Amino acid sequence: MRKILIVDDEPNIVMTLEYTFKKNNFEVFIARDGQEALEILKSQLPDVIILDIMMPLVDGFETLQHIRQNEQLNHCKVIFLSAKNKESDIEKGLALGADAYLTKPFSLKKVVEKVTDLLA
Amino acid sequence: MSSLVLIVILGLYLGMLFFIAHWAEKKEGSPMTNNPYVYTLSLAVYCTAWTYYGSIGVAADSGLSYLPIYLGPVIIAPAWIIILRRIIRISRINKISSIADFISLRYGNSRFLGAIVTVICLTGIVPYIGLQLKAIAETFHVVTQTPIRTNIFDDNTTYVAIALALFASYYGTRYVDASEKRRGIVTAVALESVLKLVFFVVVGLYVTFGVYNGFDDIYQKAQHLPDFVARNTIGGLPQAMNWGLLCILSMFAIFLLPRQFHVAVVENNRENHLKTAVWLFPLYLLIFNLFVYPIAWGGNILFEGKSVNSDAYSLLIPLHFQNTAMAVLVFLGGFSAAISMIIVSSIGLSNMLTNNVLIPYNLLGNLSGSEQSINSQRIITSRKIGIFCLIILAYLIYRFFGLDYNLVSIGMVAFVIIAQLGPSFFGALFWRRGSRLGAIWGIIMGFVICVYTLLLPYAMGTTNTNAHFINEGLWGFSLLKPFQLFGLDYLQPVSHALFWSLFFNFITYFAVSVSFKGNYRERNYAEMFVDINRYSTNHENAFIWKGTAYKNDIEKVLVRFMGEERTRRAMNIFNVKYNVDQKQELADARLVKFAENLLTGYIGTASARILIASVVKEEKITLPEVLKILEESKENIIINKKLTETSRELQELTAKLKEANDSLIQKDQQKDEFLDTVTHEIRTPITAIRAASEILIEDEEIPEELRKQFLQNIISESDRLNRLIDKVLDLEKFETGKQEIHLAAHPIMETIEKAVEPLQQLISNKNIAVHLEGKATLMAWYDEDRIFQVVTNLVSNAIKFSPDENGLIVIAVHEKPDAIEVQVRDNGKGIAKGDFETIFDKFYQSTNQNFKKPIGSGLGLAICKQIIEMHKGQIWAANSSTGGACLHFTLPKKEQL
Repeated sequence: MRKILIVDDEPNIVMTLEYTFKKNNFEVFIARDGQEALEILKSQLPDVIILDIMMPLVDGFETLQHIRQNEQLNHCKVIFLSAKNKESDIEKGLALGADAYLTKPFSLKKVVEKVTDLLA
Repeated sequence: MSSLVLIVILGLYLGMLFFIAHWAEKKEGSPMTNNPYVYTLSLAVYCTAWTYYGSIGVAADSGLSYLPIYLGPVIIAPAWIIILRRIIRISRINKISSIADFISLRYGNSRFLGAIVTVICLTGIVPYIGLQLKAIAETFHVVTQTPIRTNIFDDNTTYVAIALALFASYYGTRYVDASEKRRGIVTAVALESVLKLVFFVVVGLYVTFGVYNGFDDIYQKAQHLPDFVARNTIGGLPQAMNWGLLCILSMFAIFLLPRQFHVAVVENNRENHLKTAVWLFPLYLLIFNLFVYPIAWGGNILFEGKSVNSDAYSLLIPLHFQNTAMAVLVFLGGFSAAISMIIVSSIGLSNMLTNNVLIPYNLLGNLSGSEQSINSQRIITSRKIGIFCLIILAYLIYRFFGLDYNLVSIGMVAFVIIAQLGPSFFGALFWRRGSRLGAIWGIIMGFVICVYTLLLPYAMGTTNTNAHFINEGLWGFSLLKPFQLFGLDYLQPVSHALFWSLFFNFITYFAVSVSFKGNYRERNYAEMFVDINRYSTNHENAFIWKGTAYKNDIEKVLVRFMGEERTRRAMNIFNVKYNVDQKQELADARLVKFAENLLTGYIGTASARILIASVVKEEKITLPEVLKILEESKENIIINKKLTETSRELQELTAKLKEANDSLIQKDQQKDEFLDTVTHEIRTPITAIRAASEILIEDEEIPEELRKQFLQNIISESDRLNRLIDKVLDLEKFETGKQEIHLAAHPIMETIEKAVEPLQQLISNKNIAVHLEGKATLMAWYDEDRIFQVVTNLVSNAIKFSPDENGLIVIAVHEKPDAIEVQVRDNGKGIAKGDFETIFDKFYQSTNQNFKKPIGSGLGLAICKQIIEMHKGQIWAANSSTGGACLHFTLPKKEQL
């Protein structure tokens, strides 16, 4: 079973993603902010990470930087999912090494498609 | 008192001065020795033994005539701020160490002029030093009541003179660079100035109140003496002219006497010390003169009919009453006055002698070839010997020529001789056209007149063999009578000599300067002297010089006098100051001037020029060329000044623009951040709503429980969206003034309770304790809905920033004279000091928040501020004493009209 880590501080959004990915046969892990995500990553090696950007304590950009420094997580695909939709933010996100950048509000169908694509 | 005891006392006294000088030398630069008071007191070297004893003699014998000598300096002192400051500046920049240097530099490093000035000074001052020694010797014999021995080797005072000469030559030559400051000497002189004043005042008090019953008593008794009235009135116009001329004489003296130039200019550490000197020095003179009259007339009354030397009244009166201790004090005061004059004068003269005569005329041998240590040693030794010889010479003059005239008249002769430097000296400061030839001939002319009208008749008077010359004039021409030259018969000899010598001196200086233009160097220095303020920071630039010179050659010359280390340091300073490449081989005009300056302190201006000229190839520049360059540089300076001004204005403008731009950028950033926040805040609920709806519409197998949950989420996210929109609109309403408020009296505690109530859930979630403090009866004047909003906002913030454990929020209400003040305190981390004002800005998000994503919208406090201001209250932030944040707002108690 493929593993997915969802990092977002909005519980109502997380809830929809969790439901959808579980239905698509993913093992789902949830973190409310970057710090929690990094904690989880110490014990888990997910195939995909869905990462919000504007979060308390450690934001998405910083979290990605930490992830990219960790060699064990090299294979891990990272998708930004953020309300920030400015080109500069998207560029920054991709430059930091994200595999995809999706903006909020999103279509769950497309998010699943993107994840499947990346894992194919 | 026996001679031996007095000699021991003198020895101790000299030892103390020696110690003070030594101590001050070590403390160089400390505020103890380097302050305006020491400076001013050192100026009081002006008051010599002549002042100390002679004034009393004059006052006793001829009444008020002693006054002009003090009036002159008092009158001119305020002008020091301008004139003396300028002299100091010129001297500091050019490393001038004597008045001979000053004059010779201004007139084109003239060697001859420097020598003439030195000769003039020696002629005037050496007998004057003799006069001081005479005062010491005579008073010594008065106090010990011994006769003066005819064999000088038997006379104790001879050994006092030798001791003084040794002291002066040791302490006056600590440095080769004559322009260096000698803190030791200056401090000792300042101390002596204090002592002589104190002792003089003490004896004055003693005579006035001890011997007599105050000033009135002396006056009452004195007015019965014959001549009292005649001696105490100014006798018509001629007498007034005498007075006036004497005032002018002393004004000149205070600038030109070598010792005054030395303490006032060479030893000046800070120009600002002048500010104290201009009032303190006249005050000093005033206090000194306070008791001259009582002592003089007290003596006249006491010794009426007896033939005693009135100069010694201040000693004779205490001795008359067997008060030996008082007499010794007076003697020490007079001794102080004499030795400070002797030491400072002899140092100054000896510097002049070596730097302006011996070295430039190669009398010390060829200095240019030798090693630095040998050169320095030779210069110092020559100065030492110079000081010693000058003092001994002065003593011999006193012993063999007797100096029979009383103290004042010899001093006056010295003043008149020195005054001959006046026209070329002041001309140097203010007149560009003054030339070397004019100065030379002016001084010579004035000096010749001096000799004819003063020195010659006085010299003859002492031997008294040729009264014919004085009474009938040279070769019997009555117009050439030395005391009534050209028939001018109503002036006293001193004023008479001063008048004619200065008259011819000035006319000659002026006429020759106008008729024969000076060379380019004179013109160059004229410009620098007259316009010193313009050149004070980079005077090397103002120096005009053309030719070829190698840096190496110049450095070699410097090394010979300053040594390797100092030369290297000086060259570094030069390179940095003018941004010159160290590797550059050729020297320019600035370096030539810089090197000449450095050498000036060691060997005088004229020699410096000669020495540098010997290693460089100078090309002749014509006067018109110099004038052209000067004109251009003047224009350049004006243009530069304008440019500097413009660039300063531009800089200011740039700074302002930058500031404006920065604040715009900041606003812009804040606006961006705000928009980001609002966008995020709006998109987030929409995202949740959209995602939930997508599941609901696509997924038919969704469990009932989850379906309900998603629907519930849609509702709450919609509410959230709505609240946000309300807030933005609220703010917009307040900002545009569309919001209406309905004011009425309300119990404030009740409103607060109502506002806190809906937040109870949040409060208990975080386990926060909330305290309300305040009387329930307090009423304030406000719109309840709006203040409800404010309290909600502040308390929400406090909840947000409270720590996760042991959170505490205190809401306190106080009654102030005309307002009700509400405080909301938490025990969180507090607000950064710089943020007290800015947190009320519309787009502000505290940088201190631990959250990168702002929880609030950044609008809450901005809205609160709008609301409170609409109530004519105030809202501000502070930190409570325990460190948490504390927000205060006030509301009026009554309706505001």
